[in-house]
Amino acid sequence: MAPPPPPAGRIVFLSFLLTAAVAAAGVASAAAPGQEEFTEELLLRPLPDRKALAHFHFRSSAPPADSVGRHHHLFPKAISQLVKKYHISELELSFSQGRWNYEQWGGFDPMSTSNAKPPGVELWAVFDLPLSEIDVTWKNLTHTLSGLFCASINFLESSTAFSAPRWGFKLNEGNLRYGALPREAVCTENLTPWLKLLPCRDKAGIASLLYRPSIYKGYYHSQKLKLRSSQSVGIILDQTLTVVLQPNTVSGKQLHSTRGQLQPNWSMRHLFNRKLSGKCLVSKSSKIFIEVDKGIADKINKTGSDLPWNNEFFKLSNYPDRLIKDLNELEVQSSSLYEYDVSQYSEEQPFDVGITWKLPLIWSCVPSPFHASRFLMGSGNERGSIALSFMSTNLHKQIFGSPNDCSIKAVIFQVVPWYVKVYYHSLEIFIDGNRKTISEVVDKIHVTPSEDKLLPGTLEMLLRFPCNMQSATLTLDFDKGFLHIDEYPPDANQGFDIPSALVSFPEFNSARSYPEIDASLGSPLIENFQEDSIVKSYTEALLVPLTTPDFSMPYNVITFTCTVLALYFGSLLNALRRRISEEERELKKTVTRHGLIRLWLAKLRGQKVDPMESGSSSELAGSKKLLFKVVFVAVAAVLFHYFSNNS
Amino acid sequence: MAIRHYWPTAAAAVGFRLVLVLFGGDLHLASRPEVSTPLTSLRRLAEGYWLKQASMSPYSGSMYHGSPLLLSVLGPLTNSRPDGHHAHVYSSLIFVAVDFLAAMLIRATGQKLQMARNRSLKSLDLTKALNNTANVSAGDVASLIYLWNPWAIVTCVGSCTSPIENLMVVTMIYGACSRLAPLAAFGYVMATHLSLYPAILIVPVILLLGYGPDAPPPKLFLLKGSSASKSDVPDNDKTGRLRGVQQFSWKPVLHFLFWLFIWTCYVLLLSSVVLKEVGGLHDMFEKTYGFILTVKDLSPNIGVLWYFFAEVFDFFRSFFLIVFNMNIIFMVLPLAIRLKHRPCFLAFVYTAIVAILKSYPSAGDSALYLGLLGLFANELAEMQFTFFLFFGYIGVSLLSPVMHNLWIWRGTGNANFYFATGLAYTCLQTVLIVESVSSMIKHDRKLRLLVTS
Repeated sequence: MAPPPPPAGRIVFLSFLLTAAVAAAGVASAAAPGQEEFTEELLLRPLPDRKALAHFHFRSSAPPADSVGRHHHLFPKAISQLVKKYHISELELSFSQGRWNYEQWGGFDPMSTSNAKPPGVELWAVFDLPLSEIDVTWKNLTHTLSGLFCASINFLESSTAFSAPRWGFKLNEGNLRYGALPREAVCTENLTPWLKLLPCRDKAGIASLLYRPSIYKGYYHSQKLKLRSSQSVGIILDQTLTVVLQPNTVSGKQLHSTRGQLQPNWSMRHLFNRKLSGKCLVSKSSKIFIEVDKGIADKINKTGSDLPWNNEFFKLSNYPDRLIKDLNELEVQSSSLYEYDVSQYSEEQPFDVGITWKLPLIWSCVPSPFHASRFLMGSGNERGSIALSFMSTNLHKQIFGSPNDCSIKAVIFQVVPWYVKVYYHSLEIFIDGNRKTISEVVDKIHVTPSEDKLLPGTLEMLLRFPCNMQSATLTLDFDKGFLHIDEYPPDANQGFDIPSALVSFPEFNSARSYPEIDASLGSPLIENFQEDSIVKSYTEALLVPLTTPDFSMPYNVITFTCTVLALYFGSLLNALRRRISEEERELKKTVTRHGLIRLWLAKLRGQKVDPMESGSSSELAGSKKLLFKVVFVAVAAVLFHYFSNNS
Repeated sequence: MAIRHYWPTAAAAVGFRLVLVLFGGDLHLASRPEVSTPLTSLRRLAEGYWLKQASMSPYSGSMYHGSPLLLSVLGPLTNSRPDGHHAHVYSSLIFVAVDFLAAMLIRATGQKLQMARNRSLKSLDLTKALNNTANVSAGDVASLIYLWNPWAIVTCVGSCTSPIENLMVVTMIYGACSRLAPLAAFGYVMATHLSLYPAILIVPVILLLGYGPDAPPPKLFLLKGSSASKSDVPDNDKTGRLRGVQQFSWKPVLHFLFWLFIWTCYVLLLSSVVLKEVGGLHDMFEKTYGFILTVKDLSPNIGVLWYFFAEVFDFFRSFFLIVFNMNIIFMVLPLAIRLKHRPCFLAFVYTAIVAILKSYPSAGDSALYLGLLGLFANELAEMQFTFFLFFGYIGVSLLSPVMHNLWIWRGTGNANFYFATGLAYTCLQTVLIVESVSSMIKHDRKLRLLVTS
């Protein structure tokens, strides 16, 4: 029974009170109760290797279900049904193509820690359900998502494809499931259903910049959907699209007169081949940010330019509405954001912002404490080793100073499919080339060994590296499994993918802090940047070649094997059954006995029936005649065939 | 006729193994498909031990499929790695001792058989008639074959647990031959516990305990007795000959069954103690016997079943599983009926059949039955195709690694080449079994001819 609707005036008053209270508490008002909201944002950033990063962020939020019932104005109905049906409290689905370049594009900012995703599809979900029902719900969820996004997410249904990490991926009480499909190809067919979740689709607003040929031309492409749902705030749906593009150069002149090469100048029109003509009308806010990295911001500060958008290094084509500075723990500015509000622009006055470089700049993004990479060792198709290597970036010196006896924690989470049979006892750790015992480095380890055709192997490991370490390598031996012919994919010789491992550094937090702005501003993008998120990086996906059987052979193998076994059975039974003395007696008898068939056979052979003739010689003569007859018939058949073909 | 220089030769074989273990370095034999199977691999045992140390069930995951007892005996040895030696050097030293012990038991069995043979031949008055042919000391021959068999050496050095399984089978046969019911029962229970298939050896063991070691067919003694009674021979001589026909004595058999029960309970108890808190006996049965019977691992070995089950349509899988498992049992009864007077030979034939048809065969199984084959050197002296068999075995054992290398390591051959050597090997073993059975039957017939003439 629904309560009778209260008078309208009271609602307005109450909601006003509530919003006021929320704003006063400093909580972001993105999910103000009682109202569905949609915001769209775009962040552009020049990258040190002459590329540009574009990060689209769309947030739709719906208030708790019981306050609005089943109908939505802006929020996609499919998603809210999904959340309700499967009792999802958190979900993240990402489609990525290409690999985030942690060395060049940074490993210590919110962009790389939460938007750099492993190639292919990655899906994880936290369910608000009893533990026994989670696996079934997960299977249903994969099918639903598969239908929603036109992708083969349903392959994650099989128990060999997903795992339940306890603390290596994200701390949980066993209600998290994680699955990855490294080989899934990502294309427009996945983007279109993703865009359909937006109220304006790609017809208006920032999403209209998503011109397919230009965004799929990029070096890295990751489309993500993140859901959070709870009784208090309702459902929050974050849709992000992160692309790294190579800007088309605006002007021919790229070489600076005095030193080096200029960064390519770009503008939105050049990046996307589209202009922005106003906001999506239903969106609450529609903003575009241009971010410059710490490296550039430091240099600007040094020169002390009073116009930060038009300094001696670069010039922004439009006057920004606001400048937001990020301060780190030491209250030193690290990066700056230039904000533009799209709502002032329209069809007649399209918005286009760009950056023009005046001086060649070389800067680098802040890396993660260690560059993690993973590779395979060994040759042949029988066994091999997985190696994880860490190269120090000496970040700790910048952050902690340089104490010698400190240590850095690293958590490794790795899922290995069952046909890569890892020997966990063979774990070896080398630090700076010296072998260490496991207990020296590994603080905590949790292994779920793989079960043939049933479970993937999961490895969660908490390591503690000394700060002054330059490189570390972990190796694990494995045997390659042999599969049934039906289990091989159509292109079996391409090899099998091992999903990326995730390395996180729990002591490092990549959150930005923007003390100058008030939280009630309501920019979900900045809100996300301010959220606590530990530094993590995904390693490469591995390609393991597996031996293949001969796929064309099943019938041959069945017949050969059965023949050999029949040979064994028959000949052994024969050897047991034979009684040589009796056989000799029988032989003597049969010579004197003429059965009807024998007579007939003898007549057929045209031989005179002579009981006294010894068996062997008549047999010999008979077989010669038989041979002659067979040859004769064969020759006749060939001749007949020849003549019948001629006529 | 004893073999000259027996002890130096045997010692040389043990020394050769020790040299390979201590100074051979890592020969990478442990990962050869001919040597270690998923059931016997010591590397998997180490993984199981590691899992158990991490307070998980050693059977969680699909790595370990062996006995929990081996885990607690060999597990600690796999953990320590002495410098300059390969990982499993301590276990390999144990396996050398185990192999030597097995060879000694084979020798003792051979001596028992020889004594029984001489006694029965004497009672048939055939000693002279047969002494002009070869009459070697079968036990010596058999133990030397076992010690110097390259496959036995490779199995011993290659860190897999088959030497222990072989020792248990040999212990069982020795115990039954010398009518030591507790020993026979221990060997039987342990062998069955380790690899399931020796379970069918209960038939020869009971026959051995009931009738005593191998003898010519009982009919011969009756024939001899009747022909003797026709002529005028004193009565006491006749009864002496009839004594050669042994009645089935139930006492040792019941004794054996009693001990069988005791040992079974004991082994199950020990296993459940080892697996306490990390899984239970149900887990163990499912992961050992279940794994053996359902052929879950399709990694290549020298048999044919791996490829068969990798290729066969899923729909027929259970049917063929039943067929192949039953195939072993099908032959038990006919062989037992025909060869009941030669239970030791029956045991050899059963082990050979198991070596062909078991789901994960290895060179160690062949080493066992080839060693036992030596016990019947006198009876099988007139076996056919020995030349063909000998070089067939050599050819297969040379070609099989080559084909495996071409397929797995070089990628130039394909699975069919390796499978072909497996087929050839199965055929060779078939020929060996059929020929040995039929020549044993011929041998009995020859004795009969000698008695009647």
